[in-house]
Amino acid sequence: MSFFSFGQSAEIDIVLNDAETKKKVEHKTEDGKKDKYFLFYDGETVSGKVNVTLKNPGKRLEHQGIKIEFIGQIELYYDRGNHHEFVSLVKDLARPGELTQSQTFDFEFTHVEKPYESYTGQNVKLRYFLRATISRRLNDISKEMDIVVHTLSTYPELNSSIKMEVGIEDCLHIEFEYNKSKYHLKDVIVGKIYFLLVRIKIKHMEIDIIKRETTGTGPNVYHENDTIAKYEIMDGAPVRGESIPIRLFLAGYEMTPTMRDINKKFSVRYYLNLVLIDEEERRYFKQQEITLWRKGDIVRKSMSHQAAIASQRFEGSSNNEKAVTQNKEGGN
Amino acid sequence: MAEAIADTRRLFTKPQNLSDAYGPPSNFLEIDVGNPETVGVGRGRFTTYEVRLKTNLPIFKLKESCVRRRYSDFEWLRSELERESKVVVPPLPGKALFRQLPFRGDDGIFDDSFIEERRQGLEVFLNKVAGHPLAQNERCLHMFLQDETVDKNYTPSKIRQA
Repeated sequence: MSFFSFGQSAEIDIVLNDAETKKKVEHKTEDGKKDKYFLFYDGETVSGKVNVTLKNPGKRLEHQGIKIEFIGQIELYYDRGNHHEFVSLVKDLARPGELTQSQTFDFEFTHVEKPYESYTGQNVKLRYFLRATISRRLNDISKEMDIVVHTLSTYPELNSSIKMEVGIEDCLHIEFEYNKSKYHLKDVIVGKIYFLLVRIKIKHMEIDIIKRETTGTGPNVYHENDTIAKYEIMDGAPVRGESIPIRLFLAGYEMTPTMRDINKKFSVRYYLNLVLIDEEERRYFKQQEITLWRKGDIVRKSMSHQAAIASQRFEGSSNNEKAVTQNKEGGN
Repeated sequence: MAEAIADTRRLFTKPQNLSDAYGPPSNFLEIDVGNPETVGVGRGRFTTYEVRLKTNLPIFKLKESCVRRRYSDFEWLRSELERESKVVVPPLPGKALFRQLPFRGDDGIFDDSFIEERRQGLEVFLNKVAGHPLAQNERCLHMFLQDETVDKNYTPSKIRQA
């Protein structure tokens, strides 16, 4: 920001080529607010225009070069000085010289690799942004424009159920089952809890979804746990042989895909925590990791087709055939 | 390309045995602390409480028991459990030392309302403790609840179910 009224200054502005039609998504900022940003996928071209508007028309703007960068970086909150850039592309828009009038420059970053999903967390942030800069002797003029990247996956080939028997010897034995180990963000967790032995006085049972953000390496690993959801699945005392069903719709909760060891800097993992509480408020729990993934949006078929599938299933078949089919997914 | 709608039908479950469903639950445990009686004379007086237990848990040798205990026995049990087990032992009702000072307007620690307050606290304490799966493994708990007398020279040990 120049406080001197003599000399020339300019405003830079970045505008994407398909700004009118491109989808925007909500993304949380560091201070918890939600803003909308343009959505991009891996491999998509990022192109647009940089508008340089001279503040004082008629005066020349001397500069040491104009460029635009596409940057993907990881920022650890406890180490703000060091940004870890995993994508860094630059396009020179103008060689050192002077501008006599406002000008527009085209740019295109073709088929840019965007390997990770944008993430704003408790102790770490991964972001992608465009930065246009007019270099000058004393102070540069620059403008940043954040974009959001989503990583898409397809239905996993292997998606076994989670089934386990756990308990406290001679006191409490349960068998829990969740229908899958990998769930997409709008999926449903279907499961059951089967009681084999109940010698304690259980008051109720709930399922919690816990998000664990891990930053740092070696001896400096730090875990930040956050309970995203608490969902009561049973109220009252069960007896032996009782089965309690679970049906938990994930679309209602704000979650991200599972991120493992992103650029060796951080991880975001999700756990299902089954909690039983007895009459004396004692808690018995079993935690199990699940993998969350992001499914691409599909163009919806007509409602009658969906209704046909639903009615077929409701009529009931004697076998356990599921109607979930494998799809080719993708954002493009 | 077929539309994918999540299948939310319940998972297959084994039908429940009717005698399990309607029979007595396996977690029956009831402890009552009552019938306070002050014994002795003069300064040697103390109050005992009846500890009645009814259960169907296999870890208890007797399905019904009735013993008499005084406050210091409860204190002994609490300190044994704190030392021997990993349980976070709940607090006992207060020791009320100030009630043992002379020149009080009331009956001190033999006052009816005080005994009743203490009785309630002891009952809450025992129910919390006896239902704890880890405390149930301690010899001291079983001795306190079901043996005729508390042998403070016992050897601490863990109970293993038969």
